[in-house]
Amino acid sequence: MTHLRPTLVVVGHGMVGHRFVQAAIERGLTETHDVVVLGEEPRPAYDRVALTSFFAAESADELSLLPEGNYPDPRVRLVLDAAVTEIDRAARTVTYVSPALRLSSEPLADPGEVQLLHYDVLVLATGAAPFVPPVPGRELENVFVYRTIEDLEAIREASREATAGAVIGGGLLGLEAANALHQLGVETHVVEMAPRLMAVQIDEAGGATLKRHVEQLGLSVHTGVMTELIDGDADGKVSGLRFRDRPQPLDVEIVVFSAGIRPRDALARECGLDLAERGGILVDEQCRTSDASIFAIGECAAPDGRMYGLVAPGYSMAEVVVDTLLDGPGAFTGADMSTKLKLLGVDVASFGDAFATTEGSLELVYSDAVAGIYKKLVVAESDAGDGGFVLLGGVLVGDASAYGVLRPMVASGLTLPDNPEQLILPASSGAAPLGMPDEAQVCSCNDVTKGQILTAVREEGCEDVKSVKACTRAGSTCGSCVNVVKNIIEEHFASEGKVVDRGLCEHFRLSRQELYDVVSVHGYRRFDDIVEAHGSGRGCDICKPAIASILASQFNGHVLEKENARLQDTNDAYLANIQRNGTYSVVPRIPGGEITPEKLIVIGEVARDFNLYTKITGGQRIDLFGARMEELPAIWKRLVDAGFESGHAYGKSLRTVKSCVGSTWCRFGVQDSVGLAIALELRYRGLRSPHKLKGGVSGCARECAEARGKDFGVIATEKGWNLYVGGNGGAVPAHARLLAGDLDTQTLISYLDRFLMYYIRTADRLQRTSTWIESLDGGLDRVREVVVDDSLGLGAELESEMERHVGSYFDEWKATIEDPEKMSRFVSFVNAPDTPDPSISFTEERGQIRPAEAGGPVVLATTIPVGPARSAVLG
Amino acid sequence: MDDLELERGVTALVHGQALAIFRTHDDGVYALGNYDPFAKASVLARGIVGTREGVPFVASPMHKHAFDLRTGRCLDDGDVSVPAYDVLIHDGAVFVGARHREVT
Repeated sequence: MTHLRPTLVVVGHGMVGHRFVQAAIERGLTETHDVVVLGEEPRPAYDRVALTSFFAAESADELSLLPEGNYPDPRVRLVLDAAVTEIDRAARTVTYVSPALRLSSEPLADPGEVQLLHYDVLVLATGAAPFVPPVPGRELENVFVYRTIEDLEAIREASREATAGAVIGGGLLGLEAANALHQLGVETHVVEMAPRLMAVQIDEAGGATLKRHVEQLGLSVHTGVMTELIDGDADGKVSGLRFRDRPQPLDVEIVVFSAGIRPRDALARECGLDLAERGGILVDEQCRTSDASIFAIGECAAPDGRMYGLVAPGYSMAEVVVDTLLDGPGAFTGADMSTKLKLLGVDVASFGDAFATTEGSLELVYSDAVAGIYKKLVVAESDAGDGGFVLLGGVLVGDASAYGVLRPMVASGLTLPDNPEQLILPASSGAAPLGMPDEAQVCSCNDVTKGQILTAVREEGCEDVKSVKACTRAGSTCGSCVNVVKNIIEEHFASEGKVVDRGLCEHFRLSRQELYDVVSVHGYRRFDDIVEAHGSGRGCDICKPAIASILASQFNGHVLEKENARLQDTNDAYLANIQRNGTYSVVPRIPGGEITPEKLIVIGEVARDFNLYTKITGGQRIDLFGARMEELPAIWKRLVDAGFESGHAYGKSLRTVKSCVGSTWCRFGVQDSVGLAIALELRYRGLRSPHKLKGGVSGCARECAEARGKDFGVIATEKGWNLYVGGNGGAVPAHARLLAGDLDTQTLISYLDRFLMYYIRTADRLQRTSTWIESLDGGLDRVREVVVDDSLGLGAELESEMERHVGSYFDEWKATIEDPEKMSRFVSFVNAPDTPDPSISFTEERGQIRPAEAGGPVVLATTIPVGPARSAVLG
Repeated sequence: MDDLELERGVTALVHGQALAIFRTHDDGVYALGNYDPFAKASVLARGIVGTREGVPFVASPMHKHAFDLRTGRCLDDGDVSVPAYDVLIHDGAVFVGARHREVT
């Protein structure tokens, strides 16, 4: 057959083969070549790296790298279900067969039935196959490998009738496979010959940390164990595993081999191409084999004799071959074998010289066994001879957030900062802006950087948040960055040796913590007494709400009680959240997000009758927007009558405890997360605190409640509850960290009582739990000492304070609508209580109300007549 | 006067205008326009009342901009002010009068 255009044949349609074709199309190789791709599997290339997510995916299509099923280039022909059986280098042909022929055990009698394809250029991308060691019993039913979607389908089928399974191999893929088995509800064992998990990537201590994480998820790990035999039952199915030097066998009904991969180089071997010593098709820097018209890329190739079992180097090889065929200079000279992944929810990363094999290298290790974090940096003295160090590599387990910063430093050869340990110490929450570069944006509303704030302080004489606000506008819009601004200013003055004033505001030289103690010791109940004894002036918008919060935490009276009402910020003053046009939103409590249809209907009816905008919140509640202040009592009367109570969405107090459905409904749930979330939300409802508080409870490690994004997060384990603290969203997001693990419910609640009360006692005004923990000397360890070890002997006292709060809880909206005096403030105009404020108007969007843009104060009648004291009479 | 709590504001409708009337700790009574020019909302009466370096002020409930109760001048931004009105107390009633002329 003669061709006007050369034909390029690609054998293999995996991730690398696909990448090659993509690059060939994008870079114009198809302008000169016809491309034929032969894929052995019944479907186009898919994301094998994400294979485990197949179980969660709707269908195999979600993993597909070619969802359209074909390439958008008519010069590329994709043939699936095509297994190449032979390469004839002399004739430049490949032979392939369809699956019907492959399945028959008969030899291919009639060559006419097979397809013959001519090539001018051949690219082998045949990948690798799982290695199954010659263990007796490996031919039994329910022995699998973990490579293709078909493998996963078979494992899923087998798991329906199995209770226990084992994965042989504790490497990357083995742990993936174990995760998959575990997710299928099978009791899962990981059997690893090496003395630790992921022996290729991480060191001994990292492996031990990883092992604890894996075990915490309910998997059993057996390291240093050699499988000798797979037992079978009468039906020829797997019934157990036996080990060398270990008397007790393991009862399992499924075995998955994940003991490494071998390059699929049989075709190359049979047609006489050179192979590497340890397998793989030997190629040069252009990925050319010993036959100039044949290339090999990906896991089947061995550039310089070395095989690469990651997808990224395979992609690089694909690009190199396309470049070579376009007469470009591309060359493959080795790959960065750094990996970062999330295995079973655990961050694992390994990069550069992770094992410190470089001569003269030193190791810097940070390890927090309780939190399950292990980090190691491998450094060496810099060649520059300046006494500095450069980074060679490292291992991160449990928290790989620094990977993005560290990995590029390996290649850069840059000298590390003087205190390289800072790079792996627990992430400072950002509130301590140490190390934050000047370019970092602090205020995102007004785009103000740290550098601009420092300029205002250094050059424009700003000394406090107020003046920095006026000067730079930082913190003047949503206000969420004010604490960071404050810290930047304080850090600057501290660095200049000036005394940093921690006083609350101009009226109090005391910090919030000191004020808390003063109130507690003296038993003050009134702002007037406090400001007279310990302050000056008449207070302001900073100290008044802070003292209101302290009084509420200690005595839990009604926030609208005469003496304290004037201290409340507007949200607390009207028990609702003020929104942009001066109207309020109403959020009834829906503990744990669980609600009856009847109650849902009531909310719907109230919203309809008062024409409110409704939105489901991120905290599993329903927000009703657009209520005029004078409508709030009537709205709440309806809600209270239907059994709702205040959700405290307006307060610096407990908001919600979010939950997934847990073991009640979820096939993965291991504990009753809804029940616990409701119990916790009801326990801590109404608790006033330095900042708003949110909680979450997840019924298993899948963490559907996103509990680690909360101030306190509880995640169910097989043995109880893991308690995480210090998470939040906001301007400086923080992930909650493990405080204590496998707690029974009673211990969990006592730790939570202590944690929350300790926070309320000692945190700064508007300081979130994350920044509070960072501000403590000792950080999370300090919290653990106080809460878990009770090192201050405060445990019982903190718990009894919380008991007092729980015992004194009442619904403040119910109390408000029952009290005429408190109700009297919910009027639009004191002299015209029934006239709605004319400055509030709405328009519609997507079928609901929204605030209309306000142009200015609305004038209903003429202007006020001139002349003192003769127009309107009040009261 | 009985409708005015110490260190709090109320809104009054005066000739079609929404005004914020405040009573301070020392029984001073002040009237400002209720409209917060920063937040573009009619809300000043709902702010916290206090003192800043001796100056009686209200902090807008929206973004906490402080306004001098006596002059309506914004303490955070000298270029901005809200209307301030004369007030007279007679026989337990509050009378609101003319808008102050700009204090320079």
